[in-house]
Amino acid sequence: MTLVKGLFKLPAFLLGLVLFAGTLVLALVGPLIMHLDVKNRVGPPYMAPTGEHWLGTDHLGLDMVSMLVMGLRASLYVGFLAGVVATLIGTLIGVYGGYKGGLLDDILTAGTNLFLVIPSLIVLILLSSSMDEGRSLTLIALILGCTTWTWSARAVRAQASSLRARDHVALARINGFSTFQIVTEQILPYLLSYVFMVFILQTATGILSEATISMLGLGPYDSVSLGKILNDAKQNEALNGGAWWAFMPAMFLVTVLVFSLYVINTAMEGVFNPRLRK
Amino acid sequence: MSDALKFEAKGLSRVFGHGKKATTAVRDVTFEIKDKEIISLVGQSGCGKTVLAKMLLRLETPTSGELLFNGKPIAAAGDPRNHWRQVQAVFQDPFSCFNQFFTIRSQLKSSFRLFETKPSDKEMEDRVDQALLNVNIKPKEVEGKYPFELSGGQMQRMLLARIFILKPQVLIADEPTSMVDACSRASILDYLMKLKQELSMTIVFVTHDIGLAYYVSDSLYIMHQGEIVERGTPDDVTQRPKSDVTKQLLDDIPDVHREWIKRDAPKPPDPPTPV
Amino acid sequence: MSDHVLEVDDLRVHYVTRFGAKIQAVDGVTFKLKQGEILGIAGESGCGKTTLVAGCMGLYIPPLYLSSGDVRIDGQTILGKTPEQNRKEVLGQKIAMIPQGALNSLNPTRKIKDMATDMILSHDEGADKKSISDRLSERFSRIGLDAKSVLNSYPVELPAGIKQRCVIGISTLLNPKVVVADEPTSALDVSTQKSVIRLLFELMEQEIISSMLFITHELPLLRHVSSSIAVMYAGQFVEYGTTEQVIFDGRQPYSRALMGSMLSAEAGQKGKKPIALEGAPPKLDRVIPGCRFAERCPIVQPDCATTAQEIRIVGERQVRCKYADTDLIQKVGGQL
Repeated sequence: MTLVKGLFKLPAFLLGLVLFAGTLVLALVGPLIMHLDVKNRVGPPYMAPTGEHWLGTDHLGLDMVSMLVMGLRASLYVGFLAGVVATLIGTLIGVYGGYKGGLLDDILTAGTNLFLVIPSLIVLILLSSSMDEGRSLTLIALILGCTTWTWSARAVRAQASSLRARDHVALARINGFSTFQIVTEQILPYLLSYVFMVFILQTATGILSEATISMLGLGPYDSVSLGKILNDAKQNEALNGGAWWAFMPAMFLVTVLVFSLYVINTAMEGVFNPRLRK
Repeated sequence: MSDALKFEAKGLSRVFGHGKKATTAVRDVTFEIKDKEIISLVGQSGCGKTVLAKMLLRLETPTSGELLFNGKPIAAAGDPRNHWRQVQAVFQDPFSCFNQFFTIRSQLKSSFRLFETKPSDKEMEDRVDQALLNVNIKPKEVEGKYPFELSGGQMQRMLLARIFILKPQVLIADEPTSMVDACSRASILDYLMKLKQELSMTIVFVTHDIGLAYYVSDSLYIMHQGEIVERGTPDDVTQRPKSDVTKQLLDDIPDVHREWIKRDAPKPPDPPTPV
Repeated sequence: MSDHVLEVDDLRVHYVTRFGAKIQAVDGVTFKLKQGEILGIAGESGCGKTTLVAGCMGLYIPPLYLSSGDVRIDGQTILGKTPEQNRKEVLGQKIAMIPQGALNSLNPTRKIKDMATDMILSHDEGADKKSISDRLSERFSRIGLDAKSVLNSYPVELPAGIKQRCVIGISTLLNPKVVVADEPTSALDVSTQKSVIRLLFELMEQEIISSMLFITHELPLLRHVSSSIAVMYAGQFVEYGTTEQVIFDGRQPYSRALMGSMLSAEAGQKGKKPIALEGAPPKLDRVIPGCRFAERCPIVQPDCATTAQEIRIVGERQVRCKYADTDLIQKVGGQL
C-alpha cells in the first residue's frame, strides 16, 4: 500500500490522472448538467462558435459541444469494453500458457502468434463492412477486444512464466494444489498490478482503434463517436473551409485520452516494477 | 535404519534443451537411500544436486534412467499427490516459500488439501495448533498474521510446522540453514532431528556446506557437474577422499583447524590497544 | 602523525526509519588499525556491521546520520565533509570499499575500462587518456587479469571470479590506505572464494593495499584472513582481540557461542553439537539498560539485564562482559 501512496506523489501520475479524470467527468456528468442535443439542428452547417454554442455546429448544423460529449462517451465506452475483453482473453491465455509451459504453452503461443500476424485492422475493416446495418458501439468494442488481445497474452505469459519458478509455487504443487488453484492463488495475485497496467494500455488501444476505423468510415452506424466526428469533418472538407471546431476538439480529446492513459501506465510501471525503480 | 530401500536410482539423467544447446544437469546417477537414513547431497552451485532433489520430489522428470520409490517406479505412480503424501520438502528461503497474500495460518491449513480425506474443520485447526507448538510457536502469536509480519526465524519454523502437519515418510531439505544465522542454525537442525524421531523419517539434505553435511548425515554424496564423484560415510568422504574433486573441495573450504592458504608468516600482531 | 592508519573513536551512528524511529545501529565502537593489519569484524545479521562500514567511510547521507565520535585516517579526521568533498578526497583514495554482492555493483551497460577510468578521473580530473590507459593495463595485469581483453569487456561477458577481481581492481586503483571488504566472498563458490582471498593477500604484499577491514559472518574465514578480530553484537563490540584469542579462547558469551556454532568437517568434530541460541538480537530503537545479550545469554545472571556493560581488559583483550574472568564463561561452548 505504501507503493500506491508513492504513486500519488509522482507528478507524471497526477497529471495523467487529472487529465483522464477530467474527460471522465465531462463524459459522465456533462449530459446531466448541460443541455445536449444531437438530433435537432441548431443552426446552419459549420456555424462558427457563438456564445450559446461554444464550438459552433457540424456539417449538419448540430451543436458541436453536444456531439463531442456524446462522442466522448461512446469512445470511452468502446475503449473500456474493448479493454476489458482484450485483457480478459489475453490474461487467461497468457497465464495458463505461461504457468503450464510445455505443449499447452506451445499451442497457445502459436495461436497468439497467428492472431498477431493477422492484421487486425484488416479484419476489423472486413467484419465492419460486412455488417453495414448492424454496427453498434458494443459490436465494435467486442470485435476490437477479440482482435487486440495478443499483446496482453504475450506480456502476461512472460510474467507468469517467470513466476513458475518461485518457491511458493513449488510448495503449492507438492501440496497437491490443482492447476486452477495454483493459477488463481499463487500466480494471479502477483500479477494483478501488472494486469491492471495491461488493461490501461488495452483501453487506450481500444480508443485509438475505434477512432481509426471510424475515420475510415466503418464506425458505428447510428451513434456518434470521436472518430466519426473526425470522419465527418474529413468527408465534408471542414479543413478546407476553415471550420477548425469541427475536428480539432475531437482530435484533441482523443489525444488527451490516450496520452493520459499512457502516462498513468508509465508512472505505474515505474512504481510497480522494482527493476525500474530508481 | 532398516535395510528397506526408500529410493533407488539407476543411471538417472536429466538433460535440458536439445541438440547443440543441450545441458546435462544430472548425468547417469546411481544410488540407494535406505529407510530412516539421513543422507546429504553436497556440491557447489550448478553441480546438479537441486535438480536431482527435484527428481526425488517428482517436480522434474528424468530424461533417462530409472528412479524407484519404495520399490516402484516414481513416474508410473499415477496421481502425483500420492507421492507427495509421502515425500515432502523444505526450501532455502522461508519468505519465498509462502504466498504473501494469505495469512500464514491459512496457508498451513491449506496443506490439508493433500489429504485423501480432509479432516473436520475443528480437527484441522487443532492439528495446526499442535504443529505450531511443536516448533515452539504459540498459536496466538501468529493469529491473523501475514508472512511479512513475521521474523526470518519464525518463518523458518513455519516450514517445519508444515511438515509436522503433513507427516511424510521422506523429507528433502534444500539448503535449510543457509539463510539462517550461525547461532540459530543448530536449533533448526534440532527441529529437523525432532521431526525425524517423531515421524521416523528419511531425510535428504541438499547443501553446499560440507561441515553441515558431516555433522548430520549417515551417508554423504559429493556431486560435481551432474555426477556423483564420491560417496560414503562422512568420515570416509572427509578423511579418506578418493576423488580429486573432493580433495580440492576439502582443501578449498576454510576450516578453523587446518591451514588454508599458505602465507609467509606475518609478524605476530601486537594486541589491540586498550580503550 | 600517529602510527595507526585508521582510528575509530567512540563512533555512534544512527538512522531514521520512514516512520520516524531512530535506530542507533552503531553505539560506541572504538578500534585502531595499524599498517599491514587485517581486522576481521564478525557478526550476524542486524549487528550493525554494514552501518559501521558506511560510518567508517564518512558516507553520511540521510537517512544515515552521525550521532557522535570520530574517524581518522593517518591522523586526520575524515568526518564533517559534504558528500562531494567526501567523494573527492576520501573515497577511493584514503578508504575504499569492496561491497557486498560486488558482482552486481558493476554497471552492465559500461565497459570495465570506462568504470575504471571514472575512478581515476574522480580524483585526478586532468589525467590524460594515455596515462590512464597505461595505468589500467599495468594494474589489471598485476592482479592477474588479461588486461586488454578484460578492460574492453562488458560485465556480462565475464565469469563471476573475474568480475570479482575487476571490482577489487577498480576499488583499489588509487592505492587506498584502508580497504573495507564487506562480505566480499559470500556469494561465491569456495574455490573462487579462495582465489579472491589470495588476490587480497597479494595486493597487501605488493603494498597496493595497506590495511584491511574484513567484514563477514563466516568465522572460519576470519581465522585465516585476519590478524585481529572484533565480534559485533547489537551495535557494539563485545570482544576485540587477536585472532587466536577470540577464536580459541573467547571470553564473552556471545563470542564463544558464535565460535561454538561452527560446523566443521574435521576429524573428531563429528560428535560435537553446535551451540544454538533462541531468539534474536534486540531492536535498537530504544535505549537498552543492561547487557544487550542478556536475553539470550546461556549464563545470564540476575544483574545482567540491569547493569550496563562497559569494555574491560581481560586476558589482554577487550571484553564486554562482567563475568569474563570467571569460570562461568567456560560453560559456554567447549574446546574448539
